[in-house]
Amino acid sequence: MTKKFLSGDEAFAEGVRLARPEVISAYPITPQTIVVERLSEMVEDTSLDAEFIHVESEHSALSCAIGASAAGVRTFTATSSQGLLYMAEGLVYASGGRFPIVMMNANRSTALPWNIYGDQRDSLALLDTGWIQAYAENAQEALDLALMSYYIAEHRDVSTPFMVNLDGFILTHTYEEVEVPEQAQADAFLPHYETDNCFDFDNPKNMAFSAGPDTNYLFKYKEHAAMLRAVPVIREAEEKFAAVFGRQYPGLIDTYRTEDAEIILITLGTIAGLAREVADSLRAQGTKAGVVRLRYLRPFPGKELAQAVKSASALAVLEKDISFGAAGTVYTNVTSALQANGVTAPVYNFIGGLGGRNISRADIEAVFAKTASGTQQVNFIGIEVENA
Amino acid sequence: MTEILWIGRGGQGAFTAAKLLGAAYAAKSGEVCSLAFPSFGPERRGAPVRAFTKLDTAPVLDRSETERADYIVILDATLYSPALQSHLKEGGRILVNSKAALDGCITLDADALAQSLRLPVVNTVMLGALSGLSGIVDPQDLSYAISHYMPARIREKNLEAAARAAQEVSA
Repeated sequence: MTKKFLSGDEAFAEGVRLARPEVISAYPITPQTIVVERLSEMVEDTSLDAEFIHVESEHSALSCAIGASAAGVRTFTATSSQGLLYMAEGLVYASGGRFPIVMMNANRSTALPWNIYGDQRDSLALLDTGWIQAYAENAQEALDLALMSYYIAEHRDVSTPFMVNLDGFILTHTYEEVEVPEQAQADAFLPHYETDNCFDFDNPKNMAFSAGPDTNYLFKYKEHAAMLRAVPVIREAEEKFAAVFGRQYPGLIDTYRTEDAEIILITLGTIAGLAREVADSLRAQGTKAGVVRLRYLRPFPGKELAQAVKSASALAVLEKDISFGAAGTVYTNVTSALQANGVTAPVYNFIGGLGGRNISRADIEAVFAKTASGTQQVNFIGIEVENA
Repeated sequence: MTEILWIGRGGQGAFTAAKLLGAAYAAKSGEVCSLAFPSFGPERRGAPVRAFTKLDTAPVLDRSETERADYIVILDATLYSPALQSHLKEGGRILVNSKAALDGCITLDADALAQSLRLPVVNTVMLGALSGLSGIVDPQDLSYAISHYMPARIREKNLEAAARAAQEVSA
């Protein structure tokens, strides 16, 4: 193990190197660019034995990864924002074909107005494409997710592609100290990719075929069932990861002082750190505050979340996203799961950080205060309007 | 938490200095944590840029830009304005690369020191000066960071620049 001072992008590239992918296909886009630059340098200096294919677009990047995965090899791609949207057609090919591709997405705003800064509207718009979606909080978790994502995606019970999301700039471009494992440790954790879901001259089979109304629904049911089976596999991956690397991750959600909390803020990504600091200061003033960080949005941690917030009298969902005409997509998922699991406390939605706008300590204090006193369903941080 | 705001022009290496400081602090023994990041977004050579380093003895959870710093380090005197004094914490200090003295600032002719070493930019001079002035990182940790995170061909000059600047401000 070596300690290095790395950005989120660089840490993720180190994790991918340790996972030994055989094919990397990518097209650069801010703020993802550094991860593919580092990987191409690693291929160039032979520290990574992979085919690096610099394609002409994101649509081709994912198409190429699908082709490589269909040949039975471990593959990687990365993108962001408009690039992810341009890949949308391929996302469902990858998940429907059950190709366990790993992709890093640098969360970034979507046009128009054109904006390169971080928010979560890109990946959340594509929540229904059948990919596992995880969200990292810091560079160490990003590196570790690069390794765990392959374990989970390629597991025979799952065989589903995996998107790891890093907040654009705030995580991708921020440097911090990261433990970079040795290759032998990574090899002890992550087995070589073995699959029957690939072209094979000795046992030819039809792949990526069409299926009409008589059988199509069975494929879709199996995709859903496989995604649900990812839940115990995520647990298994984290236990094995802890045994090899000594870092234990908490599963689908990361809870902070929720046991007796009356007001709980539910969020995802890097902003969870500041939310925990605010919860601490509120507790010092006598308000029992807690924080839940959603680490995974697919599979969605409905039961885990309901269990974690059962003491709360009011809940907030803070996200860098809005589904126009409804509410934030995370909020919609959270409220649906809480209702199904018998949680009756009011839940308020706070939309912040769009287009990279800073979410300050005072903003989060206001989120807790409004949640405690009651507010409208959907609230835009920094905009005071009635019935937004 | 100790917070440093770096102000320079695109191409002067302000972010590299911010990063080297973070790496040097992280190399300290004991419970330490540091973050370093640039002002996010597109950058152009010559345009004003900012960078941030946050140093603490516990994990740094607040990843937002520093509003009030313990130290503001300015690599180009034309970017100094007295309004920056209000962006300091109580007892905070501003360090400026300037031939002329400036009210309320510590100045250092970093250009002259860099030129004497044939260095095209002043970032490691200012980093060394900050280290000498503040003592927030030990000289050996600063040398470690420069040695590990700068390309081999420019390492020696930058080690020398940082060491001489540290000496100059402490003298």
